Amino acid sequence: MSGGEDFRVRVVEAENVTPTIRRLRMLRCDGGALPPYAAGAHTVLTLETGGPKLRNAYSLLGSTLSGGAYEIAVLRTEASRGGSAFIHAAVGVGTELTLSTPVNLFPVHHLARRHVLVAGGIGITPIAAMAAELSAMNAPFELHYAVRDEALGAFAGDLALRHGAKLRLYVSRRQERLAVREILQHQPLGTHLYVCGPERMIEAVLGDARAAGWPEDSLHAERFLAPAGGEPFAVRLARSGLMATVGEHQSLLEAIEAAGVDAPYLCRGGACGQCETTVVAADGSLRHHDHFLSDAEKAAGDKIMICVSRLEGRELVLDL
Amino acid sequence: MLLSEIKSRPTYGSLSPSPLATRHIVAIEGAGIKAFEAAFAGKAALLGRTTVVFTPSPDMPPDTLGRLEALGVDALHVSPSVETLLVRLAGLLATATMGTELSVTGSENFIGQAVAVGMAHGIGHRSIATEHSGSLARRVQCVHCKGFTGGVTESPVACGHCGLMLLVRDHYSRRLGAFMGVCIDAEAPGDIPAPEAFHA
Repeated sequence: MSGGEDFRVRVVEAENVTPTIRRLRMLRCDGGALPPYAAGAHTVLTLETGGPKLRNAYSLLGSTLSGGAYEIAVLRTEASRGGSAFIHAAVGVGTELTLSTPVNLFPVHHLARRHVLVAGGIGITPIAAMAAELSAMNAPFELHYAVRDEALGAFAGDLALRHGAKLRLYVSRRQERLAVREILQHQPLGTHLYVCGPERMIEAVLGDARAAGWPEDSLHAERFLAPAGGEPFAVRLARSGLMATVGEHQSLLEAIEAAGVDAPYLCRGGACGQCETTVVAADGSLRHHDHFLSDAEKAAGDKIMICVSRLEGRELVLDL
Repeated sequence: MLLSEIKSRPTYGSLSPSPLATRHIVAIEGAGIKAFEAAFAGKAALLGRTTVVFTPSPDMPPDTLGRLEALGVDALHVSPSVETLLVRLAGLLATATMGTELSVTGSENFIGQAVAVGMAHGIGHRSIATEHSGSLARRVQCVHCKGFTGGVTESPVACGHCGLMLLVRDHYSRRLGAFMGVCIDAEAPGDIPAPEAFHA
């Protein structure tokens, strides 16, 4: 239950932008309009892989305030649980999929007087949408995009054409390093920073910004975590009386959904807080992987974000 | 602590300068000297990157300016009035970079206006440290003629522009830095209760 309506869509374009990044363009099967969204929004795609049903969040490319087609770009990851590999191998023009009403946890802050956008790798997808939106509004911004090599830098050529000197590309194979401190140094008051990319990069960029005295409300990041795997354990739902087993590569949320319970969620990546669930009892220790609960809340052990966190132990009892 | 059931009614904390900020701009109205001393005095490294904009107030302690000068701030600008201070503050913020922290202390009348200048320069209101010192005087906007009346200490009060008697509500606009004033005798002209001073 993501709070909004789900839509059946058909893939109308499928293209490998790079050897590891596949772009999909989707339209509604019934010909109706998809809801409009602003830059930074994501949709949750339901993937019927043949094995367990997967629901993965993907940032939407571009921004269509007119409610047109949706586009996503999917990186094939080595540590994939099957979602990205499935999209690369089995999803093409004509494939039908289900996606959710978009949710935006990473919006452009329109009161900011300047915007610094920082992307690493596939993190470019929401950032490129923001750049397009800011460019259309003629708002001042700069875009910093770090990639391993130019061939992997999906959209780099397109972004350079659209944004010219506002784009700065860093290719690590050419020994070019993103120098965050220099970027942050002379930004005028009222600048906001947005970063999306690998976890370590996000932490480094935000850390440098805090060290340079940037206040929290000027800092924005988006990170979707894949649910961490682990040893299987049992989950009991106190209110509904249901029992389920959470498999090695399955998330608590997925196991609960498979058992037929429509638990709340929005991002499925440990960021939004929607799936916060009360822990009734835990025979073992909680493994918190989210970015939502505070350290004190994690230590207290009476709440869990079921989309990414799990139990190391025998049985977890939840208030569901 | 000022308490109200009205959510927009501002609350104030205490000044706590971030050691990470590369520059501190502190706007002080008279009686705010104590809050400034409590947070900044004796911290040489902090004071060395602090710019103070100051304006006197009738309720400030004797020799406030002398105490301020003795603290050893990097730059001290003394303005003869709140209006001239705000112009100076806007000038400083216009060329400031990220990493600059704004702190404000003084009367409500003053804090609201200085915070509004900070917000107009792109600082989030949660990132501006405020500490209330001295007078509970408010700045009030008349919802009828839109004129601002400063230094209001009681309600109802006569609008300084159109002359209507205004009930001063706790409803507050951060953008304007002012409380809302609404005609108190619209339905029964001339029926005006005795004014009461603000307690909080």
